Amino acid sequence: MKIEKHLLSILVDNEPGVLSRIAGLFSGRGYNIESLSVAQTAENQKLSRVTMVTNGDEHIIEQIKKQLHKLINVITVSDLTEKKYVQRELILIKVHARPELRAEILRIVDIFRCRVVDVGPDHYTIEMSGDEGKLEAFIDLLKPMGIIETARTGSIALGREKKKL
Amino acid sequence: MKLTGAQILIKMIKEQGVDTIFGYPGGAVIDIYDELENHNDLRHILVRHEQAAVHMADAYARAKGGVGVALVTSGPGATNTITGIASAYMDSIPVVIFTGQVPTALIGNDAFQEVDIVGITRPCTKHNYLVKDIKKLAKIINDAFYIATSGRPGPVLVDLPKDIMAATIEFEDPGKAKLRSYKPTYDPNKKQLAKVVKLIKKAKKPVIFAGGGVVLSKASPELTQLARTTQMPVTASLMGLGAFPGSDPLWMGMPGMHGTYRANMAVTNCDLMISAGVRFDDRVTGRTDKFAAGATIVQIDIDPTSIHKNVEATCPIVGDCKISLALLNELLAKEDPEEINGSTMNRQEWIDQIAQWKATSPQRFTQGPDVIKPQFVIDTLHELAGPNAIITTEVGQNQMWTAQYYHFDHPNHFITSGGLGVMGFGLPAAIGAKAACPDQTVVCVAGDGSIQMNSQELMTAIAADLPVKIVILNNRYLGMVRQWQELFYDKRYASTNMEMTPDFVKLAQAYGATGLKTDKPEDVASILKEGLNLPGTVIMEFLVEREELVYPMVPAGGAINEMLLV
Ligand SMILES: Cc1ncc(C[n+]2csc(CCOP(=O)(O)OP(=O)(O)O)c2C)c(N)n1
Repeated sequence: MKIEKHLLSILVDNEPGVLSRIAGLFSGRGYNIESLSVAQTAENQKLSRVTMVTNGDEHIIEQIKKQLHKLINVITVSDLTEKKYVQRELILIKVHARPELRAEILRIVDIFRCRVVDVGPDHYTIEMSGDEGKLEAFIDLLKPMGIIETARTGSIALGREKKKL
Repeated sequence: MKLTGAQILIKMIKEQGVDTIFGYPGGAVIDIYDELENHNDLRHILVRHEQAAVHMADAYARAKGGVGVALVTSGPGATNTITGIASAYMDSIPVVIFTGQVPTALIGNDAFQEVDIVGITRPCTKHNYLVKDIKKLAKIINDAFYIATSGRPGPVLVDLPKDIMAATIEFEDPGKAKLRSYKPTYDPNKKQLAKVVKLIKKAKKPVIFAGGGVVLSKASPELTQLARTTQMPVTASLMGLGAFPGSDPLWMGMPGMHGTYRANMAVTNCDLMISAGVRFDDRVTGRTDKFAAGATIVQIDIDPTSIHKNVEATCPIVGDCKISLALLNELLAKEDPEEINGSTMNRQEWIDQIAQWKATSPQRFTQGPDVIKPQFVIDTLHELAGPNAIITTEVGQNQMWTAQYYHFDHPNHFITSGGLGVMGFGLPAAIGAKAACPDQTVVCVAGDGSIQMNSQELMTAIAADLPVKIVILNNRYLGMVRQWQELFYDKRYASTNMEMTPDFVKLAQAYGATGLKTDKPEDVASILKEGLNLPGTVIMEFLVEREELVYPMVPAGGAINEMLLV
């Protein structure tokens, strides 16, 4: 069976140990986590939303969803891959910004509609958000300038329909 | 009403209808033990090892059809319970384990006898809790019992810091347990059930496959009715033995690695399999692509993760076995009986075929005059102790022979560590079952290896006045491992020869029990009779054929119709 990437949005109780239950489920059963992001939801302090990118064949993805749902602290699991959704990732990139390259970097920043959030004597830190493809394209363009370091969140996403998941 | 944490704990346990708990004290639970002294109506059985406390609670739950409770101290007390918890988890047994913990202020400091038991048991409990606030104590205990006993049951651990047990609070009844994120599905999809009726009408070669879920949901009457009205032959997994009467003509025996020839052949050749409360463990299925390959598989299970996990079910039904089977029976009752009982599909041919498989390769042994055959001991035990005795087992050949030759007629009468296969389970399990059913005969069938893993519990049986009968099939080998070595490792008996075994008769006597022993086939019945009739705890040791093998056997990973036969 074909290995596919899936984007899961998981609502959980905002309690200690919940993330460890999820991580333990994945390590114990040999499932993959490609990226993970977690935070308390703004609409309800007692809940957190976990957004996860995982992969596996159809059979494994079905088990992942059911096993997640079986955890007592998991309230809903929705597979956004099957729906319309908006997805974002955020990256902070520190690049070398030698005087002769500054204009070029700023041009790229402009084209990608992102921002320079910190400027040093010979480096810039750029904030960029978008879907995975956009981030990758941006990173590729900056590579020749010399990337010093990066920090990147996992994907976060919401379904496009008005109702809650 | 102002209550201490310890008082709240005991109040909440009693409200669950539990009359016995199994435990072992220590510094972190001293407040709880002190409070227990005030409650004559809650019996505490003092075990000799915490692992045994959980096995006892497990068997108590099964024998009673309720929930079991274990109580242990922090640190080593807690870590000693892991094997018991893991076994209950694999077998989906409702057990609540209370562990002591260091005071909240010390948690995380590597305090004396501190372990992160909630972290350690996360993968082998259905859920677990650390109580950090006495205000939440009553609700957590309530939820713990609810989670353990509802849906697909399982062990739940509650970690209790010492200061919380000693603290006092105005008690508030948490009411009925309700969790927003946990709502098991009991009611099956009716449309799916209607499909099953159609499938039954069309089936030429149907089988019913029952598992532990049928026992857990107390669905034996519904299952038996289904089998009898439809005349569908029945097989059951190790955990499901007793869910359908072993004396019924429709019974085929267990399938799988040590299943009967006819059950494995029927499963391989069936065109419809109605399974209930089974998880298609690899010991049952063998090679999954060859398992019931030509059949439509109906799978009834309360746990959605059991469905499509190992075997593709064509007609999955998520729901409680008892409710689902009862509804199915109702639907069937509305149909023409001829169509349901197989007359129109000429199902007699299938029944005859199964009878023929039984005749070709029956489950058998031949007892000669010299050396005792272990199967003979089980066969005789079955004759003497009968269908109403509760039988527990250790793990290995003794367990398989018991499964094969003790034809269980009632659910909850065969108590074994199925999923985890824990040596050392049988003796404590027998004691736990006896605590639940004091008027029933309880027998532990053991191997000479396994019995040594928790033999200290003989003291518990005597001290708590819970007399159990222990039948040791002594082959002076770790028999089941030796069997694999004989068949698949050129008879290199690496570390399985146990010629040095203790004198079990003296061992019994050392604890104040009775020890009986024989190596003569003609004495088997008289020793069993004597042992079963004595009032107290008895070890009956039988020196059996050393190199007897459990047959049939499907080599691991093979298709189940490719059996090694006697
Ligand atoms: C705690 C534990 N350790 C190891 C095993 C592996 N094991 C499975 S069966 C078996 C042999 C059991 O020997 P014995 O109790 O003498 O029973 P027999 O098979 O001879 O009836 C062993 C070592 C196990 N199941 N459980």
